[in-house]
Amino acid sequence: MSTQSLTTRKPVDWHRIGAWALIVLALVVTIFPFLWMLRTALSSNHSLASNTANLLPADFSLGAFKRVFGLQTTEEAIADGGSGGAIDFWLYLRNSILFATVTTACQVFFSALAAYAFARLRWPGRNKVFAVFLATLMIPGIFTALPNFLMIKNLGLLNTFAGLTLPFLFMSAFAIFFLRQFFMSMSREVEEAAMLDGAKSLRIFFQIVLPNAVAPMTTLALLTFIGQWNEYFWPLLVGNDESIRVLTLGLSIFKSQSPQGAPDWTGLMAATLVAAVPILILFLAFGKKVVNSIGFSGIK
Amino acid sequence: MTTLTKHPPAATYKAPQQSSRVRGLSKLRDLRIALLFIFPAMIGLVVFSLVPTIRGIYLSFTEYNILGEPKWIGIDNYTAIFADELFWNAMAVTLQYVVINIVFQIVIAIGLALLMHNVAKSTIIRAALLLPFLVANVIVALLWFWMLDYQIGIVNEVISWLGLPRIAFFGSEQWAIPTIAGVNVWRHMGYTALLVFAGLQAIPHHVYEVASLDGASRTRTFWSITMPLLRPVLALVLVVTVIGSFQVFDTVAVTTGGGPVNATRVIQMYIYQKAFGESDFGYASALSVILFVILALVAFIQMKFLKGNESDLD
Repeated sequence: MSTQSLTTRKPVDWHRIGAWALIVLALVVTIFPFLWMLRTALSSNHSLASNTANLLPADFSLGAFKRVFGLQTTEEAIADGGSGGAIDFWLYLRNSILFATVTTACQVFFSALAAYAFARLRWPGRNKVFAVFLATLMIPGIFTALPNFLMIKNLGLLNTFAGLTLPFLFMSAFAIFFLRQFFMSMSREVEEAAMLDGAKSLRIFFQIVLPNAVAPMTTLALLTFIGQWNEYFWPLLVGNDESIRVLTLGLSIFKSQSPQGAPDWTGLMAATLVAAVPILILFLAFGKKVVNSIGFSGIK
Repeated sequence: MTTLTKHPPAATYKAPQQSSRVRGLSKLRDLRIALLFIFPAMIGLVVFSLVPTIRGIYLSFTEYNILGEPKWIGIDNYTAIFADELFWNAMAVTLQYVVINIVFQIVIAIGLALLMHNVAKSTIIRAALLLPFLVANVIVALLWFWMLDYQIGIVNEVISWLGLPRIAFFGSEQWAIPTIAGVNVWRHMGYTALLVFAGLQAIPHHVYEVASLDGASRTRTFWSITMPLLRPVLALVLVVTVIGSFQVFDTVAVTTGGGPVNATRVIQMYIYQKAFGESDFGYASALSVILFVILALVAFIQMKFLKGNESDLD
């Protein structure tokens, strides 16, 4: 390698320059829309049309954020180009946090229990049951969504937090698969030593297995949380009521509120930014973990 | 003392039996614990996957408008679907979306993965390219809806500076589907590139060394070594992205809602409108059974054709 790089030194390495140019292009295409989102959110609606080209906000204003959080009066909002419709992103933010946290915590925990039973306990029919779980990965979401909607409706749980979370609480086939792989690769020695000491399976699981599985469970929880935070279809079916409306749904309603005239672009971008920020924070904190886990887990 | 003389043979005879009984017992004890451990997951599986699957198939043979009881009508829904122009339109639109999405996404992802693997090895670059994937479909859709706005969207501003005519990306029948596919490519390219990148890293270095000793060119190495060895990963990526693309919904729902006219009424949008717009749950269920069958066939054909579960490495 080193001799090769020495010999190719003299002529300009166009391959390398071209490659880096492509990388920079990909980065610009990826990052620029986010900057544009921020730029628009900090602009004021009336100046957007006349000032389209500047990278800095057009007529800097925090009005869009105020509007999103309900800090403007209806008159102010309409004067700023908003729809004047009531929108309460604090509430949606709270709902999204609750929905994503509760479903993630339960799903990861119950999936870990099942994954352990599939990886480490010996019982008749184990592999067949596991195959059934895996097979559910093939079922398209819309296919079960219709009957699930009917069931939630018949139970009288439409527009309740229970109805919103129930289908996600108990397991995901991907999570079971992901954790089973990890449990199978864990060394058996510690568990066996504990078993000789007469420890019960439950105690072994909670005191020995779980503490050793913190890393993969964090990764999995992160992936699950992001997925749940972004969920749109199920809340659209069962969670239209304002009291449990999540951010994704709130955003689409905010967009459709805009009258026939010019949409409230700055408000919309401020709202999308608010919805994206928690994910961006998580990403800054755990980005490396997420990036490397995609290599490890292969396919989600 | 008779017991004492009797004891040893009995003990030696019993020993293996007892140990297998102990093992059997421990397997049964394991079963009890296992049932406890898989109980919550079982509820999820049965109540929210298996039963709905059966119920969905049942409903597809009924007429059901949510208020009364489902009425059995045999295969009427299916015969109606095959004569339904909107269904065929939805299939055509979805297929158009899938093809554009897959071709661009996979080609760009392979390119990016090669760059990540050979040139830009920093995790930060990989993380940055993954960013759009982590943001909700709804957010991505709204962001591009704004950037691609006909009047004052930045993309059309750039287009008009270049002296070209503005494009109604979401508003014209011919552009709507390519636009939605493009938005999806933007969101997924970094993620798919990471999957391919993981596959590239699994190819042992010595294979490349042999190729370079043999004097193979870069292009030759790529087509004769990298691509064939990447096949299992690509097959898996292809299956997952194709299945995902067939179920495109969020982006359409937030931007065009199926329009203009029927230009973006993709199959899941059509199912949604039938069920929740027209309360025709029987018809919607039949549509989703058809979607299910198509996806299963696609996955089966792809894995068979691309031999995705076999590797050329060993």
